[in-house]
Amino acid sequence: MSGFTGTGQLFRLALRRDRIVATVWILGLFLYAYSQAASIIALYPTQSELDKLARTAAGVGANPAVVALQGPAYDAGTYGGATAWQLVTPWVFLIGLMSLLLVTRHTRQEEETGRAELVSAGVVGRYAWLAASLLFVLAVNLVLVAITALAFIAMGLPVTGSIMLVLDCGLNGLVFAGVAAVTGQVTQYARPANGIAFAVLGAAFLLRAIGDSATELSWLSWLSPIGWAERFRPFAGEQWWVLLLPLALLLVLLVAVAALLARRDVGAGVLPVRLGPPAAPPWLRSPLALAWRLQRGALLGWTIGSAIAGLSFGAIAQDMVQAAAEDPETAKMLARLGGAGSITDIFLAAILSWLGMLAAGYAVQATLRLHAEETELRAEQVLATAVPRIGWAGSHLLVAAIGSAVVLATGGLVAGVAHGLRVGDLAGELPRVLGGALVQLPAVWVMAGIGAALFGLLPRLVVGGTWAVLAVVLSITTLGEPLRLDQWALDLSPFTHLPRLPAAAFTATPLAWLVATTAVLVAAGLAGFRRRDLVSTA
Amino acid sequence: MDATAISISGLVKTFGPTRALDGLDLEVRTGEVHGFLGPNGAGKTTTIRILLGLLRADAGQAELLGGDPWRDAVTLHRRLAYVPGDVTLWPNLSGGEVIDLLGRLRGGLDPKRKSSLLERFDLDPRKKARSYSKGNRQKVALIAALASDVELLLLDEPTAGLDPLMEAAFRDWINNEERARGRTVLLSSHILAEVEALCERVSIIRAGRIVESGTLAELRHLTRTSISAELARPPDGLLELAGVHNLVLDGTRVHFQVDNQALDAALRRLTSVGVRSLTSQPPTLEELFLRHYQAEQAATPGGDGQPTREGPRR
Repeated sequence: MSGFTGTGQLFRLALRRDRIVATVWILGLFLYAYSQAASIIALYPTQSELDKLARTAAGVGANPAVVALQGPAYDAGTYGGATAWQLVTPWVFLIGLMSLLLVTRHTRQEEETGRAELVSAGVVGRYAWLAASLLFVLAVNLVLVAITALAFIAMGLPVTGSIMLVLDCGLNGLVFAGVAAVTGQVTQYARPANGIAFAVLGAAFLLRAIGDSATELSWLSWLSPIGWAERFRPFAGEQWWVLLLPLALLLVLLVAVAALLARRDVGAGVLPVRLGPPAAPPWLRSPLALAWRLQRGALLGWTIGSAIAGLSFGAIAQDMVQAAAEDPETAKMLARLGGAGSITDIFLAAILSWLGMLAAGYAVQATLRLHAEETELRAEQVLATAVPRIGWAGSHLLVAAIGSAVVLATGGLVAGVAHGLRVGDLAGELPRVLGGALVQLPAVWVMAGIGAALFGLLPRLVVGGTWAVLAVVLSITTLGEPLRLDQWALDLSPFTHLPRLPAAAFTATPLAWLVATTAVLVAAGLAGFRRRDLVSTA
Repeated sequence: MDATAISISGLVKTFGPTRALDGLDLEVRTGEVHGFLGPNGAGKTTTIRILLGLLRADAGQAELLGGDPWRDAVTLHRRLAYVPGDVTLWPNLSGGEVIDLLGRLRGGLDPKRKSSLLERFDLDPRKKARSYSKGNRQKVALIAALASDVELLLLDEPTAGLDPLMEAAFRDWINNEERARGRTVLLSSHILAEVEALCERVSIIRAGRIVESGTLAELRHLTRTSISAELARPPDGLLELAGVHNLVLDGTRVHFQVDNQALDAALRRLTSVGVRSLTSQPPTLEELFLRHYQAEQAATPGGDGQPTREGPRR
């Protein structure tokens, strides 16, 4: 078929181009699956303990919030069943995410950059690009599920069940490769193509979250590939026919893609390109307004992420604590996290520090926007107008600082409401949880300050350096106490110095020190930026 | 108002081991359109970036609109507009948004001139910057600069990426609107026809130095006229004549270039042989440019001024 001429070569091109990206995805998703199974086997070494887990699953699993996030537990009394309960829902989501991003990267993004045009002028059939991209994603999925199945079998899980589990997840995840193939035809640019496909993935997750947690709406789960993956019941009496659903949907999507592809020009989309305003809104007239306009999308994304994290942490806190109370090992582990309050408060303080680290990720990313604007030569145009350097850099830093507060406040608010409703004391719990989230802010600002200082003083190192510092800080904060690091090492992380609200009392002194550190870092960065040449590629 | 808009002397800028500017001198008078001509990598963009206070000079003086480009950057920027050679825009802002934003950040935009420029350059301001071609991105930056209320325009290869129709629209605009308004323009370019068509004075930069500077007429004075002639019989003695270059003899046909001081003597020599047909061409900036561009190769002994059978034919 001449429409597919060149598919093999393009497939090899995709392999060559993405050998690193694909390897990272495969390793990441494999390690996720492996760690789920391994931790269950390690935590519940005997059948009697597994039975205990099954009882907990019946208890915790009845919590609608847990079910919404993790899916229903069909049989947590075997290692396979417990692994499936922990793994299937998030793993299918992640495989779907990987698949859709890879497909867009190899189809619409190639067209947007014009590379596809260059190649399509050669001896390449109309369907070859898409076919090669889908084959590539299929190959990535196959490698992922194959090594995962081998690892499960090596860990002692039943052979057939392991293979069925990974095939179930891989196939349902692959549906989103088909979705991205369609959205890549419909829109003209990679960003909206990814955006629409991601919205479909999110809707699939949400539909089954509602369907799984509300019995009267359980039919909603049947509208979602992630729901299908659960309903296949891996390790709990596999329902073979359920696999027909993703297969049929994939087929429909491929036919749709082929039809759309045959009807459009290279480089064009099916949907008309959305036009922007012909003139700028009146408020877009200062460097701060520009920084807000450029950063608001990312802030919205991080805020939504923080809200989801807050919801899941807040909703399960009480159940985790109840489960822990019955298990002395877990209680000891929680106590090691520090603080003097009740176990619930210690747990809350621990999860709120996770929100703090999430906000630190946002703060670093928002600060590094300065560097991206500079190296991509957009800063040059702004700084050639009557905008002082400090005003330009300060605007982005201000957005990062206030954005961090928004991310933390949102996560804390949602966690506080969820936890408050769960324990039936909203008025009492909400301010304590919200306070515990907001107290992270000075430590988050220090991370932005490090980014600002590197940006001004060592611009060539700012991206790698800032992320590396964040990685070290996160490692110290999460692993420092379990690994019993020395106090001086723990003190390197700004998060170590925060009062552990709500488990400990509030103290202002360390917060003042952290704010002062931030001020020094930012001042040094801005002073350096004022003195140095603008970085450009030319 | 000062008589000079830009005055640079002995400017030096190094990037690691590379000496991008090596004692550059440049003077741009107020109200003139000044061509800043040189091959890629000669230091045009570096010079403009120093004038904008984006880079700091290692040595030498630069004065812009009576101020120091580094120290007084912000106040000076209210009075100038800049179009970079490589325009990158924010992908999710529309062209119209970028034009308004840049204009407002400079301190003001003439809405009438903006709409007239949008029409002249045939730009749809509603499209997102992500969907613009290189030429359209260039137009966005040009419109934002030309519609601003400023006294000085710094244009770094502003027509790179424009199609010939748009190039013509740009020339038209500079020759009519800008000249009438008396704005000073520094136009960097490697497109010679553009500089010839637009500029009163030209500075030629090579390897970080100005190698020649003056009005077009002054520069032509330094250059050679190309002569092609069909003669009655083969000429003799043309070779020995001082000021004759790149002579190509083909029987009775002859091509050569001659310095303007030697033109008289060369023509007399030709007419003494008998001329059947003769075409002469005034020096173009192209030749001027090639001479400086190729100066390096020509510096080898016997490379220049010697008769050769491979001289350039026109």
